[in-house]
Amino acid sequence: MFPAATLAQKLVARAAGRAHVRPGEIVNCRVDLAMFHDSSGPRRLAPMLAEIGAPIWDKNKVVLVIDHFVPEADEASHQIVRFARDWAREQALPHVHDSEGICHVVLPQAGYLRPGLFAVGGDSHSPTGGAFGAYMFGIGATEMLGVVATGEIWVRVPHTIFMRWTGRIGDGVSAKDMVLHMLGRHGMNGGQYQAIEFCGEAVAALSMPERMTLANMSAELGAQVGLVAPDRTTQAWLAAHGVELTAADIAPWRSDEDAPGPRHAFDASMLEPQVALPHSPANVRPVSDVPNTKIDIAYIGACTGAKLDDLRAAARVLAGYRIAPGVQLLVAPASLRDREVAEREGIVRMLVEAGATMLPSSCGACAGYGSRIAEGATVISSTARNFRGRMGAATAEVFLGSPFTVAASALRGVITDAREILR
Amino acid sequence: MRTWRLPPDIDTDQLAPGHAMKDGRLEVLARHCLEAVRPEFHDGVRRGDVIVAGANFGIGSSREQAASVLVHLGVAAVIAPSYSGLFFRNAFNVGLLLLTCPRALDIADGVSLHVDARAGVITLGGGVQLPIEPIPDFLLDRVEAGGLLPELKRRFRSPTPPENP
Repeated sequence: MFPAATLAQKLVARAAGRAHVRPGEIVNCRVDLAMFHDSSGPRRLAPMLAEIGAPIWDKNKVVLVIDHFVPEADEASHQIVRFARDWAREQALPHVHDSEGICHVVLPQAGYLRPGLFAVGGDSHSPTGGAFGAYMFGIGATEMLGVVATGEIWVRVPHTIFMRWTGRIGDGVSAKDMVLHMLGRHGMNGGQYQAIEFCGEAVAALSMPERMTLANMSAELGAQVGLVAPDRTTQAWLAAHGVELTAADIAPWRSDEDAPGPRHAFDASMLEPQVALPHSPANVRPVSDVPNTKIDIAYIGACTGAKLDDLRAAARVLAGYRIAPGVQLLVAPASLRDREVAEREGIVRMLVEAGATMLPSSCGACAGYGSRIAEGATVISSTARNFRGRMGAATAEVFLGSPFTVAASALRGVITDAREILR
Repeated sequence: MRTWRLPPDIDTDQLAPGHAMKDGRLEVLARHCLEAVRPEFHDGVRRGDVIVAGANFGIGSSREQAASVLVHLGVAAVIAPSYSGLFFRNAFNVGLLLLTCPRALDIADGVSLHVDARAGVITLGGGVQLPIEPIPDFLLDRVEAGGLLPELKRRFRSPTPPENP
């Protein structure tokens, strides 16, 4: 018999063609899916593939998402995007998603992800795929070249850090608050490039978009992957997105009861909304610790903070109200699909009536692309990172919070606990 | 080898600022490398110099230009107590040697030192030796060859591909 194993070990073992792998050992894995975007992908890969003289190992396992430099704001962006489109055509890539939304959200919505998969992405927020019980992590362009040419990648089998959340989060509190709280407690390298597994009843109660927020920001926690064991919620969400799985497809993908690894305990019922102060996602305080913090811009965007459930949260706070004078509320839905559903649900109308400006579904201001944040502005944002200059303005002060908190802050003009408005 | 001391938590936006990424050329990016923390760095750094930094070097984005810009500027190695895992992989893939040294901050700014990565030791001017964490042989081979690209070139350009690592 093999010793008890974690979900991460089981996922790596499968990809390595082994019955069991030990934490710390280095193994070669076969990649089931490689995703890259217009910034990290074609413009870097095409010349290097030509240089080494190799074809793409399996075009069916490659997904290109054009999400960073669209809509093209200037000539340089035009060139980057045109190059990506031309190369995709020339290579006859079967899986291209152009201006449909942000890669980490488009990927599961288009049905590429499922439990048990081993995948890499040319973007640091690739651990988002872990919400579906897939082993997915971010790599740089040269390493992506290796994957695209050989279909393989090495991994040091990670230890697993269990983040166990008991209780239930209250109304007006969300997965973003949970992950900010973990960042405040464990810091930006708390994950030590190992696996994090989010578990416990509060995690099990989360919707898939909320679980994606946890997995997404395991990048900020410094983990290689951030996993949630798949369950009926996963199965139902995937079925709604064209991926039919049986209970038997899901059953193998969980950690054994006595699997090794440190366990950290959190009480969701005690959690109040959290904010990260400038200029680090780990500089976290409860929202009550930053009273009377005036804001100029409220930004709801990115793979982290503008998925369907994020838009719903913002609309619940804003419905029937107008945002504070002088405040700009910018909303960039994470994908066209999310935007369409939000339109059908009347959410977009509620946001616009409250004074929101709707922006295209792309990476946008999160990483300083497209509409940049003004110099000197104080920003509350539902995105993942508030490093100095990240949103395109070196003198901007960026606070991070949940979509509830961002919407409530837009309403009052100061950083606000949404529970004051929802009750 | 002369050292350049940096604080902890140097992120990829400090090494390769987003606003300088669009151009795509390393020589353009190099002019902005570390401009926020040590504006004199890009002009003053000499081939063979070494960066000595606090914990969590390279946190943030997956952009490997954060590592290749240091190679472009001639940096021979980075010495720090810890790195972002993603940056660690990228560095070896583009030919940048990273040494994990718990006592990195015992090393002063502007001093000379000697690195023996295979023996796992850094020797300071006065003969003081600092241990470094072992690095797998295939990664040391890769960094000595100049990164993953030359390795792949050998594999695909040569008639009989060498064995996988």
